[in-house]
Amino acid sequence: MNSGDTAWVLAASALVLLMTPGLAFFYGGLVRRKNILSVLMQCFMMICLITIQWVVLGYSLSFGPDVKGWIGNLSWMGLNGVGQEPNADYAATIPHQVFMIFQAMFAIITPALILGAFAERMKFSSFCVFSLLWATLVYDPICHWVWGVGGMLRMQGAIDFAGGTVVHINAGIAALATALVLGRRKGYPDRMSPPHNLPFAVLGAGLLWFGWFGFNAGSALGANGLAGNAFITTHIAASAAGLTWALLDWKINNHPTMLGMITGAVAGLVAITPAAGFVSPVDAIWIGAGVSIICYFFVSFVKVKFGYDDSLDAFGVHGIGGIWGALATGLWANKAVNSAGADGLFYGNPGQFLIQAKAVLVTLVYSFVVTFVLLKVIDAVMGLRVSEQDETIGLDLTQHREAGYTIIE
Amino acid sequence: MKYIVAIIQPDRLDEVLQNLNDKQIPLVTVSSCMGRGRQKGISEVYRSHKEAGGLLKKTKLEIAVNDEFAKPCIEAITKGARTGHVGDGKIFVLDLKECVRIRTGETDGVAIG
Repeated sequence: MNSGDTAWVLAASALVLLMTPGLAFFYGGLVRRKNILSVLMQCFMMICLITIQWVVLGYSLSFGPDVKGWIGNLSWMGLNGVGQEPNADYAATIPHQVFMIFQAMFAIITPALILGAFAERMKFSSFCVFSLLWATLVYDPICHWVWGVGGMLRMQGAIDFAGGTVVHINAGIAALATALVLGRRKGYPDRMSPPHNLPFAVLGAGLLWFGWFGFNAGSALGANGLAGNAFITTHIAASAAGLTWALLDWKINNHPTMLGMITGAVAGLVAITPAAGFVSPVDAIWIGAGVSIICYFFVSFVKVKFGYDDSLDAFGVHGIGGIWGALATGLWANKAVNSAGADGLFYGNPGQFLIQAKAVLVTLVYSFVVTFVLLKVIDAVMGLRVSEQDETIGLDLTQHREAGYTIIE
Repeated sequence: MKYIVAIIQPDRLDEVLQNLNDKQIPLVTVSSCMGRGRQKGISEVYRSHKEAGGLLKKTKLEIAVNDEFAKPCIEAITKGARTGHVGDGKIFVLDLKECVRIRTGETDGVAIG
């Protein structure tokens, strides 16, 4: 047991928790005035609901003793045996409980990321049922495959430092499935109002960036040089990506935009997530610049061409950015940075790129298919969308009987 | 009695209010509004998606006056709001049928000032 490591992972857990309210404001600023509370509410519901799911069942499914590489068994349900002593398989120098709560924060934010794709039109009750089942049927298994001892992708040598596959690709492709199943918002794409409060979105992006230091540097699970490397690569990639997006906006749309810059920064954070503890600081620049070029193209042109309403670009940024990040880890990973990692294609090991690509593909297929079926079932049982009239009035009033803003005192 | 509605550039408001005060017309209702005239709007771009039909922020004044104050009122607004550029705004003058002061129940000419 190491007190420095324990202190850092506890602090990092709090940082990662803060990302979910940060995400709430990032997304909340981008919706219309009548739906701000629905977004904040969905994010807070994830904190409360998934925490309980994690303690009761989720942690055991994700990290519990392996069942044939597919899932953890139920022996750690209700945190049975998860105590103050370290679990050497996961983190030998911190209490097992601390590792558990650090991972809980990841389980919370992942389903919250998805809501960017179905914002402004999903029934709150259906959202709760969907998120709870998604966490259990999609997040927990994929988490086990990649990070659980005996997990099948981990056994094949795929590397994912802080959750590019588990969190971002997983949430991103699920987001695409929800956008396709729920359909477009009324009036999309030509009759939509602009974001109602961009300063909220900027505040949210700032909190995400801040919290991401816990997400990535905390994933070193110790207060050490590797945590420092992850911290630095995280910051560099976000900066390179925000800068690149602003320059692209400047060149293509004639003006650099605030929304573009924060979108780029978040995309950079997504992309560096799987790579943070495996790549050098300078290579993080290429990962950051690359993700903005790819995501910019996706959000600006591909989405428009196909016409799906990924309302706040959960797929365009987290899905596409996550795929780039996982593949880029297979390009720039470097054993000189982390001897427990691997060398990537640019460091003489093309095989790692293929292993990464396979992990990406498996995650994409599993998450998309299960999410799609899950949504269809919930739609048949209880319906997914609010009525057209409720959508026009807004989710704040119709789902929560509250208003985000008063106009007349 | 006239009911005068003026749409002006927001940054001209202080000047217009001062001019109205100078002409003994202190009573005015002001609101923020959005609109477009010949100046058109400026379209906005969010993640490369253009929002068509942009509007600009304007300020609306509503003033009820007795007939003899109508001309000075229009002069005061015009002088304060004119810059000579497209987008200075417009003044609409309507006939006003009735006016009641809620506190006293007085009506029309007496009630208006």
